[in-house]
Amino acid sequence: MSTNENPSKKPGQVETTGHVWDSNLQEYNNPLPRWWLWGFYATVVFALVYWVLYPAWPVGGSFTKGVNTITFMQDGEEVTTHWNTRSLFAREMQSGKQAVRQREMLEQVGAMEYETLLADVEAMSFVNAYAKGAFGTWCAACHQTGGGGVIGQYPNLRDDHWLWGGTTERIEETLVLGRNGYMPAYRESLDGQQLEQVASYVLSLNGFAMNDTDVAAGGEIFNGYLGGCYQCHGADAAGLDSQGAPNLSNNIWGLVDVPGAANDEERVARVARFVHQGVQRQMPAFADRLSPTEIRVLTAYVHSLGGGQ
Amino acid sequence: MKHESVETNAGLLIILTLAVISIGGLVEIVPLFYINDTIEEVEGVRPYTPLEQRGRDLYVREGCYTCHSQMVRPFRDEMLRYGHYSLAAESQYDHPFQWGSKRTGPDLARVGGKYSNEWQVQHLIQPKSLVPESIMPGYPWLAANRLDYSDIEQRMIALKRVGVPYSINQEEFAANVERFGEDVAMMLDINRAEENLIAQAQRENFDGDSTFISEMDAIVAYLQVLGTMVDFNEYSAGHFAEFR
Repeated sequence: MSTNENPSKKPGQVETTGHVWDSNLQEYNNPLPRWWLWGFYATVVFALVYWVLYPAWPVGGSFTKGVNTITFMQDGEEVTTHWNTRSLFAREMQSGKQAVRQREMLEQVGAMEYETLLADVEAMSFVNAYAKGAFGTWCAACHQTGGGGVIGQYPNLRDDHWLWGGTTERIEETLVLGRNGYMPAYRESLDGQQLEQVASYVLSLNGFAMNDTDVAAGGEIFNGYLGGCYQCHGADAAGLDSQGAPNLSNNIWGLVDVPGAANDEERVARVARFVHQGVQRQMPAFADRLSPTEIRVLTAYVHSLGGGQ
Repeated sequence: MKHESVETNAGLLIILTLAVISIGGLVEIVPLFYINDTIEEVEGVRPYTPLEQRGRDLYVREGCYTCHSQMVRPFRDEMLRYGHYSLAAESQYDHPFQWGSKRTGPDLARVGGKYSNEWQVQHLIQPKSLVPESIMPGYPWLAANRLDYSDIEQRMIALKRVGVPYSINQEEFAANVERFGEDVAMMLDINRAEENLIAQAQRENFDGDSTFISEMDAIVAYLQVLGTMVDFNEYSAGHFAEFR
């Protein structure tokens, strides 16, 4: 236990706190280092200055606002408020160096025709930089970082196979209005054999060697009244971008995983199952989420990914 | 009080230490409860519907908050990525709130309406199927589990006790009609909680499976309402600075 007895202290020894534990354990009472002490006083002074400049102490239902102010524009008028992060943010968005530079570039890009824009190296380097963020935020959730898409679900934007057209006008329209892709299910109108025949026909258009009889029968269904597939996909199966109907003859597979099938039998089964089920895919409209300029930037970016027409 | 008596009395030392170190916290936190402008006046913020609230409970149960914050800060880069900064008013009915600064995954304060229901469902079941570089684990059981809403009334009563304006009698209901409009007030009525929950789940069918109400229905309902209650087009750039 501690006792208050002051043990005998020889002259010249360091002063102790005077507490003695377990009969001889003592505690030095050295002064604080000067540099530390002055540092401490400096923080006190800093706090005093800070309290004067910035919002600090609560007083009743409000608080001391500080004398520091921020000026920004609101509804065309200059507004001056006490310092706070929200005003700081408003000012930063209006007149911050990066914000201003970005706005200038957006205005510049927004005023350019697509043809000029796509040919302008400096503007496109801005488009790529800006779209990296915007595409990542708005598009990559489905189309994937880089625009590669997901087979069976979301279209690849890196190739020159387009559902709704790959010109800048069409891409912009897709972004603005969104798209509803629809193919009816043929489970009612075609039986199992007919589904396989249509599948064989479609696969034969893509360079797969299929049974000739099936292909011929499938072709009749595809181009005839029974299937009516030609109405959207076209008699040559080259697709119709006004309907979002894909080209079925270029061996590019967006929704049916034909490349992943092991043999012809499985390929036929996969295509047949798809026709049996039909499909409905939706791309949301971005007109009310993105500004026209942002849509322009994203259009140019998507167009430049690989297959713009 | 003598220095020695504090040093030699552990219980007293603990109490006094707690008192001293709590001063900083108290000075910073307590005034927020009575300063008038802490919670901004803003149109549109309402308590969660029963289904959304159950979704929120699941969000907490699954520990989503350990990787996702729900607080967009007033910085330009956050604004560009997530949208308008979060308001205190937007989490006034959250118990506990989901603010934070640790983002292993992205902030979710404004995720509502950003992706389709189908996307959310598939992403929750297997995130890597949509975002190959994602490190988020899958939550496939949400789609398989039947949602337990047997205690939804009790859950709402508990929230009511901590200040969420769910109504249990005619008087409170009338006050809610006044405050939120009739449609919302109906959803906040504890007496109608179960029927409201079932109706919303069936009407909106968030998980695309109408045969039963799954946990997926609830959590997607919750995700889809996050950050969507306030229409920020109504307010000018510096409007919310008035409250700070």
